[in-house]
Amino acid sequence: MPVDTATPPDDIAGADQEFLYTLNFGPQHPATHTTLRLILTLDGETIVNAVPDIGYLHSGFEKLGEDLDFNQYVTVVDRMNYISPFGNECAWFTTVEKLLGIEITPRCKYIRVILAELARISDHLLCVGAAALDLGALTAFLYAFNAREKIYNVMESSSGQRFHPSYARVGGLMADISDDVVALIRDFVKTFPKVHSDIVRLLNRNRIFLDRTKGIGVLSKEDAISYSCSGPVARASGVVRDLRKDEPYLAYKELSGAFKIVCGKGGDCYNRYLVRMGEMLESWKIIHAAVENLPTGPVNVDLNDKLTIPDKNATYRSIEGLIQHFELFMWNRRWETPVEEVYGANETANGELGFYLVADGTGKAFRARTRPPSFIHFAVFPLMIEGHQISDVPAVLGSLNIIAAELDR
Amino acid sequence: MPYLDTLNANFAGAFTTSAFRDNARVLIDAERATKVLFPLLKCLKEECGFNFLTELGGIDYLGYEGATDRFCVVYGLTNLTTGDRLWVKAFANDPSPELPSAVELWRGADWMEREVYDMYGVRFTGHPDLRRILMPSEYTAYPLRKDYPLRGHGERHNFPTVTRADS
Repeated sequence: MPVDTATPPDDIAGADQEFLYTLNFGPQHPATHTTLRLILTLDGETIVNAVPDIGYLHSGFEKLGEDLDFNQYVTVVDRMNYISPFGNECAWFTTVEKLLGIEITPRCKYIRVILAELARISDHLLCVGAAALDLGALTAFLYAFNAREKIYNVMESSSGQRFHPSYARVGGLMADISDDVVALIRDFVKTFPKVHSDIVRLLNRNRIFLDRTKGIGVLSKEDAISYSCSGPVARASGVVRDLRKDEPYLAYKELSGAFKIVCGKGGDCYNRYLVRMGEMLESWKIIHAAVENLPTGPVNVDLNDKLTIPDKNATYRSIEGLIQHFELFMWNRRWETPVEEVYGANETANGELGFYLVADGTGKAFRARTRPPSFIHFAVFPLMIEGHQISDVPAVLGSLNIIAAELDR
Repeated sequence: MPYLDTLNANFAGAFTTSAFRDNARVLIDAERATKVLFPLLKCLKEECGFNFLTELGGIDYLGYEGATDRFCVVYGLTNLTTGDRLWVKAFANDPSPELPSAVELWRGADWMEREVYDMYGVRFTGHPDLRRILMPSEYTAYPLRKDYPLRGHGERHNFPTVTRADS
């Protein structure tokens, strides 16, 4: 019998599978920036399937949160999204202060807003700069990092640390900011629009950048909601949600006239880039408004509430201060918390960073669950990359801004 | 609370409520959770407008004051139209803690449920791909359980290594 070559065999789809091959992307790869691995199934250069493999940087942050007290855990919280650490601190202490029922002072609210917005700008600058770098545009990256140095200078002069400030405390801050810091912030406010417009002029209408990002990694609004996306990733897909407006915390209620929510419609890499660029200008407006209206007064809640660490002067020169210091630092004393649980969240640079805090009456968390935006956004990656070329992987990864320390905790 | 009327009409007696600060909660105990949880979440999503799964995390209540069931999975739901939030707490117990998976309702539950399984050993029935996500696949313990020590059981020091001779 002659072989029928006109009709394809039944298992043609199965036969095609033999041409697929597997490529391991990472865990060490310049374009991942952090330690994560992708197992890509490729048909030529087209990605048929992507399976993320994470956990390389898992260091048990949440277990540590059950062993450290509220003030100590801030050093660990700092290291989650280490690109914008102060945003994490604000989210953590929003939760702790909600649990303890503390209303912080107006000056502290404003300082936290200013530093958190500086952290957001720093994060977006890195994300935009690194995304452009991965697509071959080195100059934008250098401009972005030059501006980030100024933000690090602000963090250094306020807290003493450039990278991980650990500056917030229960009921206030480690110390008040000085006039020098205010001058540095004013200087940043003055110089930032130039940097921003430089990056805009380098990238917004750059033919290569447009070709590499437009229509790549499209996330529809329905998928963004179904996949629990938040922050710039969700807003670029048209989800109008920003906790700074929807559930105003700190001083955002008073400052809500100063800024708008930035949203996109397309949901592709270019939209996510545009949303981040827009958000930086809004953050700049917030900082400008906040630094000009910075209230005077104490930065910590009243010492008699027995919630904040007294400053060194009070500790060494008054008996009340000494007792208070002792009470907060002895491992069997610390805070008296209600036996309750509470969720608090802030809009950080990457999205909604929340903490689910279960308290058992001691000054330590019984459970300190983190809602990490990077972890949730990375789950969408296989959906976004499917059907695209392997050269689109850096573009999509860069637009998601995955920070492995927050991803794996 | 409009959602409470809907829940009472459909699931009377199957849940209790509690609140603290701005967190309103719906609690389902371990006996009922396997049956009630999924229809309740579905009802909240489709009839009450809680269309966004903000958060899904586990808690181990071993040794906690006043706790009756051991494991708890917390679902943080948000109504994107009104901005309301609701917390659903479903409990599960040893020896085989099990809850229905919410992946059918929200795709975002996929990785978060895998993390709860990885850290607490709570199995989600109907999950498409229930594997460990953060810990290595050969790991046998569940590290965020309260009876797991902070410094581990020495897994780090006894990690299997491949020497040049073996390879």
